[in-house]
Amino acid sequence: MNKFSKKMNKFSKIITTGVLASAMAAPALAQEAASQEAAVHTQFIFNSLLFLIGGFLVFWMAAGFTMLEAGLVRSKNVTMQLTKNMALFSLAGIIYYLVGYNLMYPLGNWMIGADETGGYIGAIGVAALEVVGAGADALDDLSYASTGSDFFFQLMFAAATASIVSGALAERIKLWPFLVFVAILTGLIYPIQASWKWGGGFLDSQLGFLDFAGSTVVHSVGGWAALAGALVLGARTGRYGKDGRVVPFHGSNLPLATLGTFILWMGWFGFNGGSQLAMGTLGDVTDISRIFANTNTAAMGGALAALVLTQLLYKKPDLTMILNGALAGLVAITAEPLTPTLGQATLIGAMGGIIVVFAVPMLDKLKIDDVVGAIPVHLFAGIWGTMAVLFTNPEATLKGQLLSIVIVGVFVFVISYVVWMILKATMGIRVSQEAEINGLDMTELGMEAYPDFTNR
Amino acid sequence: MKLIIAAIKPFKLEEVREALTTIGVQGLMVSEIKGYGRQAGHTEIYRGAEYVVNFIPKIKLEMVVADDIAEQVVEALAAAAKTGSIGDGKVFVLNVETSLRVRTGETGDEAL
Repeated sequence: MNKFSKKMNKFSKIITTGVLASAMAAPALAQEAASQEAAVHTQFIFNSLLFLIGGFLVFWMAAGFTMLEAGLVRSKNVTMQLTKNMALFSLAGIIYYLVGYNLMYPLGNWMIGADETGGYIGAIGVAALEVVGAGADALDDLSYASTGSDFFFQLMFAAATASIVSGALAERIKLWPFLVFVAILTGLIYPIQASWKWGGGFLDSQLGFLDFAGSTVVHSVGGWAALAGALVLGARTGRYGKDGRVVPFHGSNLPLATLGTFILWMGWFGFNGGSQLAMGTLGDVTDISRIFANTNTAAMGGALAALVLTQLLYKKPDLTMILNGALAGLVAITAEPLTPTLGQATLIGAMGGIIVVFAVPMLDKLKIDDVVGAIPVHLFAGIWGTMAVLFTNPEATLKGQLLSIVIVGVFVFVISYVVWMILKATMGIRVSQEAEINGLDMTELGMEAYPDFTNR
Repeated sequence: MKLIIAAIKPFKLEEVREALTTIGVQGLMVSEIKGYGRQAGHTEIYRGAEYVVNFIPKIKLEMVVADDIAEQVVEALAAAAKTGSIGDGKVFVLNVETSLRVRTGETGDEAL
């Protein structure tokens, strides 16, 4: 049945019911039942619509990450960065379909644990959507949304988590071992810890952990994985001198980096807005409106904070820090974009921007080479955002927030570190020094990003 | 024949080219270079890390001219390229042994 006839069927069903009811002067009950059914269906439809729209907005963040990273690496490594992003996003989606989705959302069928006492490990199975042309009786959950829209939306979150890791480790990592890590991250690490909160697991049911759209579940997870990778991988050749000198490696294309940041900003409306998980009531829509407005103002706060702070500290603003600042603001508000006032959201975002400006040189002092500032933006601002929930949502508890940050952190960091070490010992994760100096584009791919320009 | 090599400030290129054409220079080679003379480098900051900018972008011109106009070319070039501030550049003159026009096979002054 095609979409048009499906609409006509439902429409005519409602009309017929309405006409019959009034023609027979039937008791109000028949009309009541018909309009109630229409209301339930409408809610389902709007909920699904939210996931579909939110989903493709979060998808668009992949373009954002790609452009941001392409702009911040040197010309000789741009094609590799583009390739990594295309590959990791595609791989993440497929692994999530095969393994991740059901691990993350076992719907009560925990392999280890139970909804009431705490879920720990979800279900094993490939993701399955509803049948073609499903009617009310064929739906998985008429009170929620279509499984396809839910799957689509959640898949994008998993893929976004994987994207975070690629920026930090740029310019010296081998492509295939990196992709192996991505498969493990999106197939196991991400879905398991996400199930603890969003799948109804123990962080949610036993600790009352609050993380609306994933400052911890998505962003700090990406950050922890990136940190583990950066430690195992080591810094780029020539970055840090013996006397404590830090050598800047300039980004090759700041317009692309800026465009990428704006794209991420736009995608975030889907990321946070879609996490309302419903759009069928007045309350839902006003909530989503608050979320969009708060998300936006947090980014602005972060950008401005970074602008002012870099001007004060360095006598000149640093565009790349302003970009990081906006993103840190977005990450910070992600744990709770609903309850803050616009003013509070701006300040929460601004704090994210401040954190980033101090954290970037601090990592350099520790000789942790993070090419794009992914660790300050996603890990540090993610932790801050998760704690900031305490300021605006009375249902949050210090124990719940802090303990969950620690549990997720230890889980993700330790497992990531072990995986990186195993990959290092088996496949090797770093290109040869000669390849690194000549650029990954020519040595690993045989393809330049800017073939007519001179490569630095 | 003389080879004249000059390093000038990039924004002066058009002015210099016009001056050279007026004098009668019929061919020119131009490349983008970086360089420094006695100008001191200056410090900048990128993502919190200080670095020294030692090399400044310049334009290098190379032209081969007949002996009799070489001196005028140098004067005209320098006059057009001058701003009076640091970094105006330098001009060097070398002797040339042979020249050849590829298309016709002409040599010597006829090739210029």
